[in-house]
Amino acid sequence: MSQPIRLNTPLTDEDVLKLKIGDSVLITGKIYTARDAAHKRLFELAEKGEPLPLDLKGQIIYYAGPAPAKPGYVIGPAGPTTSGRCDPYTPKLLEIGLKGMIGKGVRSRTVKEAMQKYKAVYFAATGGAAALIAKNIKAVKVVAYEDLGAEAIRELEVVDFPVIVANDAYGGDLYEEGIKKYRKD
Amino acid sequence: MREVEYNTVVETVARLCKEANYFLGEDVYEALKKGLEKEESPVGKDILNQLLKNADIAKQEEIPICQDTGFAVVFLEHGMDVRVKGDINQAITEGVAKGYTEGYLRKSILSDPIKGKNTNDNTPPIIYTRLVPGDKIKITVAPKGGGSENMSAVKMMTPADGIEGVKKFVVDTVVQASSNPCPPIVVGVGIGGNFEYVAFLAKKALLRNIGERNPDPFYADVERELLEKINNTGVGPMGLGGRITCLDVFIEVFPRHIASFPVAVNINCHAARHKSAVI
Repeated sequence: MSQPIRLNTPLTDEDVLKLKIGDSVLITGKIYTARDAAHKRLFELAEKGEPLPLDLKGQIIYYAGPAPAKPGYVIGPAGPTTSGRCDPYTPKLLEIGLKGMIGKGVRSRTVKEAMQKYKAVYFAATGGAAALIAKNIKAVKVVAYEDLGAEAIRELEVVDFPVIVANDAYGGDLYEEGIKKYRKD
Repeated sequence: MREVEYNTVVETVARLCKEANYFLGEDVYEALKKGLEKEESPVGKDILNQLLKNADIAKQEEIPICQDTGFAVVFLEHGMDVRVKGDINQAITEGVAKGYTEGYLRKSILSDPIKGKNTNDNTPPIIYTRLVPGDKIKITVAPKGGGSENMSAVKMMTPADGIEGVKKFVVDTVVQASSNPCPPIVVGVGIGGNFEYVAFLAKKALLRNIGERNPDPFYADVERELLEKINNTGVGPMGLGGRITCLDVFIEVFPRHIASFPVAVNINCHAARHKSAVI
C-alpha cells in the first residue's frame, strides 16, 4: 500500500478534497464517538435548529461504543460499529458542518450524495480490531449524554489513528470498487 | 444424584465470559494466518494483519478482542444424574453479571426492546438447556455481537428449492450483509426442523471449530462448496474487496415436515467466540 496520508482535526474542505478511495490515512487530534442513540438526539436538536452539545464544524464522528477501561487504561477496546444504522441522521449533520465519519460498512445512496454536496469523507476502520485501535487513543472525556453509557458522546484524543478512505467527496465507493475487482464469477 | 454447588456455576460462567471475550480461538487465529497467505488485496492483507495483532494484544493484556462483547448465549448439556444446589438459571445469570462486570466487558443489553434501559450487567443471558445422560454439566458461553447477528436471516423455503436453493440463499445473505458483519466471517447454516428450531441449529453450528466438517459427507461437501462460493464473491476483509470473506461454513440439519423447508443463516464475525467447561 502507498504511504499513509497524515491528517489533523478539525478537517478543512482542502483536507477532504485531497482524499481518494483506498487511501490509507492516519488521523491525529480530537474525534467524537457517537452512535445510534446519540445520533437520534443530535438529529432532533439540529432539525429544530437548536444548539448541539458540541460544535460539529470540521469534526469527525467515530461510530463506536467502547468497552469499559481496565484500571490503568484510558479507554477499553474501541472498534467501529456498523455505520449504516446512523444513515438516517447523517445528511443533516453534514449540512451543519460535519466533515468526516469513521465506521465500518456501506453507506446509503443519500449519505453518499450528501457527502459530495457538503464535501465530506467516510473512513473505514477495522471492525473487531478494537484492542489494537484503542492503542491510538491517548485521552478520553465524556462531553454529552453520559446517561447513554457506552453510547455517550466521548471526545477522543487520537494519534495516528489508522483508517482507509471508503467513500470520498467525489462519489467514489471502495466497497463497490473493491468487491468488483475481486469477484470471481 | 451428584450435587454441584451454586457458586461453582456462578464462577465457571463468569470465567467463561471473560475467556471467550479475551482469547480468540487458536483455530480462528490459524485460519486468519492461512487467509493472509491467500489474500490478494493489499488492503485485505493489512486488515488481516491488524486482526492477528489485535488478537495478540487482547490475549496478552486480557482485554476484549472486540468492544462489542455481545449478548451472552449459554448452551447447557445437563446430565440427568446431577443437580445444582439452587436455581441453575439464576446461577448462570449471576455468573454473566459477575463476568461482565469484573472483566470490564461492555454491557449491551436493554431491559425491554422498546422502552428498555441498559440493565448494566449484560443480563439476562439466553440459555438453551438439553438434558443428556450422565452426572456432568457442560457449559458453553458464546457471546455474540450485534453487527453480525443483525445480518443473519431465516427463510421458510419450499421443498422444491432443494439444496441449490439453500446454497443461493446462503451466498445471497452473505453478499447482502457485505461489510456489516466484519468479514472474514464464520457462517452457521441450519436446515430443517421448523421456524424457531432452524435458527437454533444455525446458532449451534457456530460452536464448531474452524475446519471441523459435518460428519455426513454430503453436507461436508456442501460446506466446502459454500466456503469457496462465498470467497469468490470478492467481498473480502471488512467488505473492502478481496479473497478472504469467510473462514468456514458449518451446516446443521434436522428432520422436517413434508410441507416445510426452513433454512437459517447465522453470521458470525471473525471473533467467533465460544468457551466451554465441564463441571
